[in-house]
Amino acid sequence: MKKHRLATRLWHWVNLLSLAILFMSGLNISNAHPRLYWGNWGFESGEAWLHVVRFPGWATIPGHYSLAGSRLWHLTFAWVFALALLLFVIASLFNRHFKRDLVTSRKEWRWSAIRADIVAHLKFDFDHGEGKYNFLQKLAYGVVVFILLPTMIFSGMSISPGLEPITDPLLALFGGRQSARSIHFITAWALFGFFMLHVALVLLTNPLKQLRDMITGGRIDEAA
Amino acid sequence: MKRRNLIVGLGAGFLAGCSKVGKSDPMQSLFKLAEDWHRGAHRALAGKRGLAQEFTKADISPFFRGNGTTDPGDAAYTAHAATGFAGWTIAVTGLVDRPLELTLEQIKALPQRTQITRHDCVEGWSAIGEWTGPQLGTMLDLAGVQPNANYVVFRCADVLNGSAYYESVDMVDAYHPQTIVAHALNGAPLPVANGAPLRMRIERQLGYKSAKYVTAIEAVESLDGIHGGKGGYWEDRSDYQWYAGA
Repeated sequence: MKKHRLATRLWHWVNLLSLAILFMSGLNISNAHPRLYWGNWGFESGEAWLHVVRFPGWATIPGHYSLAGSRLWHLTFAWVFALALLLFVIASLFNRHFKRDLVTSRKEWRWSAIRADIVAHLKFDFDHGEGKYNFLQKLAYGVVVFILLPTMIFSGMSISPGLEPITDPLLALFGGRQSARSIHFITAWALFGFFMLHVALVLLTNPLKQLRDMITGGRIDEAA
Repeated sequence: MKRRNLIVGLGAGFLAGCSKVGKSDPMQSLFKLAEDWHRGAHRALAGKRGLAQEFTKADISPFFRGNGTTDPGDAAYTAHAATGFAGWTIAVTGLVDRPLELTLEQIKALPQRTQITRHDCVEGWSAIGEWTGPQLGTMLDLAGVQPNANYVVFRCADVLNGSAYYESVDMVDAYHPQTIVAHALNGAPLPVANGAPLRMRIERQLGYKSAKYVTAIEAVESLDGIHGGKGGYWEDRSDYQWYAGA
């Protein structure tokens, strides 16, 4: 029994590549109009709730300001990202990855259990709890896979005028097109925050083995 | 230290790789494929004739930004503006049975559509305005579009960076119910900044498709040979996507 299934490993790396390209081309797109608004419309400085900093060339794709160029990368890898996520979710329902590794039990949600888990994390003890992942890990992965990543897709669809005939309910949920654009931006940074935390925790817990296992699959008994 | 160098090196290599790959032919083909998929998916999911959201008068934004050219400024245009565009005409030409030359009065005499819609600029901002004008489909039917026409090209009076602005859509968007030739914004004649006296409204695509200062509407079989051949000013100049629905 492998620690990480093939579908998980393939998706992990495809997802990393597409998210890196989407995030960095997205920063270039942000530079085209670095202001965020709430509601349906907005264009003037005074209406903005946030004046975004200008992102430097080393953080963007392409490495110089190009709205046209960054949109080509962004809209192409949006397909890679969305289709890969869809396939991963389908595969993980069939191979029972979600059911076996991500579903939490009721007793894990007890405050005492959560507190104990937080305390263990603060002591840099990450290898506890039932199954492959501890509660905070399940929670983090669950929030990313079922909330943050879908929010990126749905907010991205909501700011596309070509989909307007069917995005009315989504736009109502987000609170208008400029709100959807703001949420797209905020969620992208939330994912970046997850990425930093994820990498930091891998570095703290035998990084070379973790990296190898995410490529070859590893063995379940080593992970226990 | 070594690890950090490795990470910085990987990052720089990734960036340099992206710049190189982005200019390669296979990547250009992939970009084009993704654009076609967006168009196909949008029309499959939202319908070819599905309407963009329409708003109420209360939703209209207080100011409608004019972007790109905000005044063509040449002598001929300025003279037209001075007379309230009384002598302005718009041609319907190309692959049509009956080429037309319509005055502003004739445009206003056609059946009109008024719609309050949101304008989304490719840069990211949005504005809401009320537009009035005849449907492009009405004008194309008057001229009798021939069956081999695949695209409609909009010729414009404004020149940006030495090139005439122009745009184009396929027949699906040309005959979309909300595709109108607008002569009024918020109940008043179009301001110069917003494309006076006539501009396109292509409601299911980004703002750069909605050409301003339109002088001619031309039905064509192919976009090859028209300016840079990519179907629009920004498409030719900077490789913006021709399908701007995403």
